[in-house]
Amino acid sequence: MNVIILLLGASLAVALFFLASFIWSVKDGQYEDDFSPAHRILFEEETDKE
Amino acid sequence: MAQTAPARKDKFAFLDDERTQQQLLQFRDEALTHVVFLIPAIHCSSCLWLLENLHRLDPGVQQVQVNFTKKEAKIIYRHTATSMRKVAETLTAIGYEPYISLQDLKKPAKPSNRQLVYQLGVAGFCFANIMLLSFPEYFSRPGHMEGGMSVIFRYLNLALSLPVVFYSAQAFYLPAWKGLRHGFLNIDTPIVLAIFVTFIRSLADVLSGAGSGYFDSMTGIVLFMLIGRLLQEKTYQGLTFDRDYTAYFPIAITVIKNDTEIPTRLPEVRNGDSLLIHHEELVPADGILVRGKALIDYSFVTGESAPVLKQTGEIIYAGGRQLEGNMELLVIKEVAQSYLTSLWNRDDLREEQRPKASFIHLLGQYFSWVVLTIAAITALYWGIYDSSKIWPSVTAILIIACPCALLLAASFTNGHILRILSRHRLYLRNAQAIEGLAGTTHIVFDKTGTLTGKQSAVTEWHGRALSSSEKNAIAAVTAASQHPLSIQVRQYCGKPATHTIRRFSEQPGMGLQGWVNQMHIQLGSTTYTGAKEPGPVSSSIVQVNINGDHAGYFLIRHTYRNGIEQMLKTLQKNYRLSLISGDQPGEAGNLRKMMGRDAVLKFRQQAHDKLDYILQLRKQGEQVLMIGDGLNDAGALKQSNTGISLAENSNNFTPASNGILEAAQLHKLPAFIRLCKVNKRIILFSFVYSTAYNITGLFFAVQGRLSPLTAAILMPASSISIILLTYALSEWAGRKLLR
Repeated sequence: MNVIILLLGASLAVALFFLASFIWSVKDGQYEDDFSPAHRILFEEETDKE
Repeated sequence: MAQTAPARKDKFAFLDDERTQQQLLQFRDEALTHVVFLIPAIHCSSCLWLLENLHRLDPGVQQVQVNFTKKEAKIIYRHTATSMRKVAETLTAIGYEPYISLQDLKKPAKPSNRQLVYQLGVAGFCFANIMLLSFPEYFSRPGHMEGGMSVIFRYLNLALSLPVVFYSAQAFYLPAWKGLRHGFLNIDTPIVLAIFVTFIRSLADVLSGAGSGYFDSMTGIVLFMLIGRLLQEKTYQGLTFDRDYTAYFPIAITVIKNDTEIPTRLPEVRNGDSLLIHHEELVPADGILVRGKALIDYSFVTGESAPVLKQTGEIIYAGGRQLEGNMELLVIKEVAQSYLTSLWNRDDLREEQRPKASFIHLLGQYFSWVVLTIAAITALYWGIYDSSKIWPSVTAILIIACPCALLLAASFTNGHILRILSRHRLYLRNAQAIEGLAGTTHIVFDKTGTLTGKQSAVTEWHGRALSSSEKNAIAAVTAASQHPLSIQVRQYCGKPATHTIRRFSEQPGMGLQGWVNQMHIQLGSTTYTGAKEPGPVSSSIVQVNINGDHAGYFLIRHTYRNGIEQMLKTLQKNYRLSLISGDQPGEAGNLRKMMGRDAVLKFRQQAHDKLDYILQLRKQGEQVLMIGDGLNDAGALKQSNTGISLAENSNNFTPASNGILEAAQLHKLPAFIRLCKVNKRIILFSFVYSTAYNITGLFFAVQGRLSPLTAAILMPASSISIILLTYALSEWAGRKLLR
């Protein structure tokens, strides 16, 4: 049954990873503005740099 | 979109001042400056593109990042290559004038509401894992699982519950503690008690090896309650509910010293200073007119829509807007002492009145007493018959019967109702505003801008028939003037075919004249044109002389918003109504007809009169709902039980209030109030429904037979059914009342 303990650890680690990424994404302000990023990606990439 | 007038050349000169910059910028190092500007004009994805490509227009700009929902742009620029003033001027030139007001000078650090989101995330993580680890326990008989395994699972559960008890549930500890300190038992107190009892009971179970405890139920209920709270406290970004006068005032003003114009920050303006007020600028301090013409629009302060002409030597109060060119003002009262600001700083209004406690808390108190009584009786019973069962049965009662269901029902219903209202463009500040609105007994309206629309003036022509060339000539002459009445007349006459006017002249507050195609046009007041007074009228009148002969007059009347008459008719059945207006009583007869015999109509009310009237009503025990729009209503809005400010569109600035309503939706007010009343009924109904669950649980609990499995089924079933029930009922009520 040791394998279950191992799997338990693995599943907890995965869950912890997602919790951490959730907290990071909130901290990063990704939920603050739901309009600009979605539209920004559609803009033409700049070619006339400098 | 309305095209903004080109900005005055030195409008942003104050941004050259180092100290002003220091207060506006966010960050500065040797090379770069970060500043955030509020740009109300942002409204589409093209705005986003244009603003984020600002570096093409001004190479000194490094990067612009737009926050669309907040209508803000974060601008990073090299202050060696450009300046804050230049950036602001570039923005203005492309139509995105940054809004910089006195409020920016004392910007408080924004309290972020992210704590609740983190708590929710942690609770969700712990709950899901505890559920997973509990499954073997639910479905196995004693001895089925290897002994060591179940112990490991239980201890893991215990470990996972710790973050919930010590971090996530903090959202309930704080209000409970605050309530206790004020000697008030709010709904959070019994909930905290239940969380503690469940945790200690479960801890004892696991440590003694007696069972697996109720970690699953406990974390689950905390999670659901946190979701409810988050839903209820959802904020509307881009809407601000607590603007005071500082948000309307400019940050700096031009002071004339020794014939030089110096941009000066507003708090540094002193008595005796000479202010230069430009066209369309707001007068920030009380002063005496020394030079220039003054046509002041006081609608901000008094609500009176017609501009007032002031002569040299007269006092001009802060809050007025200059409509006729530049003028010079000698300050007699500083910004902080001026009439308008003193409304905010009145001593008797300083103390914040405690908001009335929600009925949820009172209900929670009764509920707690009943539960405690049942617990005591059970303890007594088992004390006589089987004392070993006291501990399990009493703790089980406290666990199963926590008023979580009540809190859950309340927060979810409030959240749903807030969302439904916002769909109909009524944005309430918080859940207390729902109850405030539901308890309303007296509704007070402002007139100008509230019952009547700002843009919905009707122009009527009285006089002889005008030929099309005459109409055209009038349009051409009025097109040269920015006076509000000229704009109305021009809209009536259509687009002018020619713009050539010879010998045009405009006399502020009187009228204007000019030659168009060999035709002399003279428009203006009765005294200006020398016409006869057309009898007492409530509306504005523009007399017209063509080639020296009186042709007739334009009658410009503000009309009431759509559906106002019907709304007032519905409201007067259930509520006492009042109208307080800064205007002349010209419309009194009309309003009396619409508002009913018992309505109180008050005219020529200054901002402080409005405020005093509200206070007087409240002293009589009325629950006052005030609906207003301008800064002149701000004091009254603040002092009423519920203050709702109207906004013509979402870009509008609204004074501090409990809610913001889009002006076109005002006629739905009766339905809004009814929905808020239904809100309470839904909460009560869901609560009664959930007590049925509690009683089922209690049935097991008093016998000391509440197994973890029963609890694990009852708890989520009860929570989820409450969530679904409140959702369905609120949506149904919303559809029925607001179509």
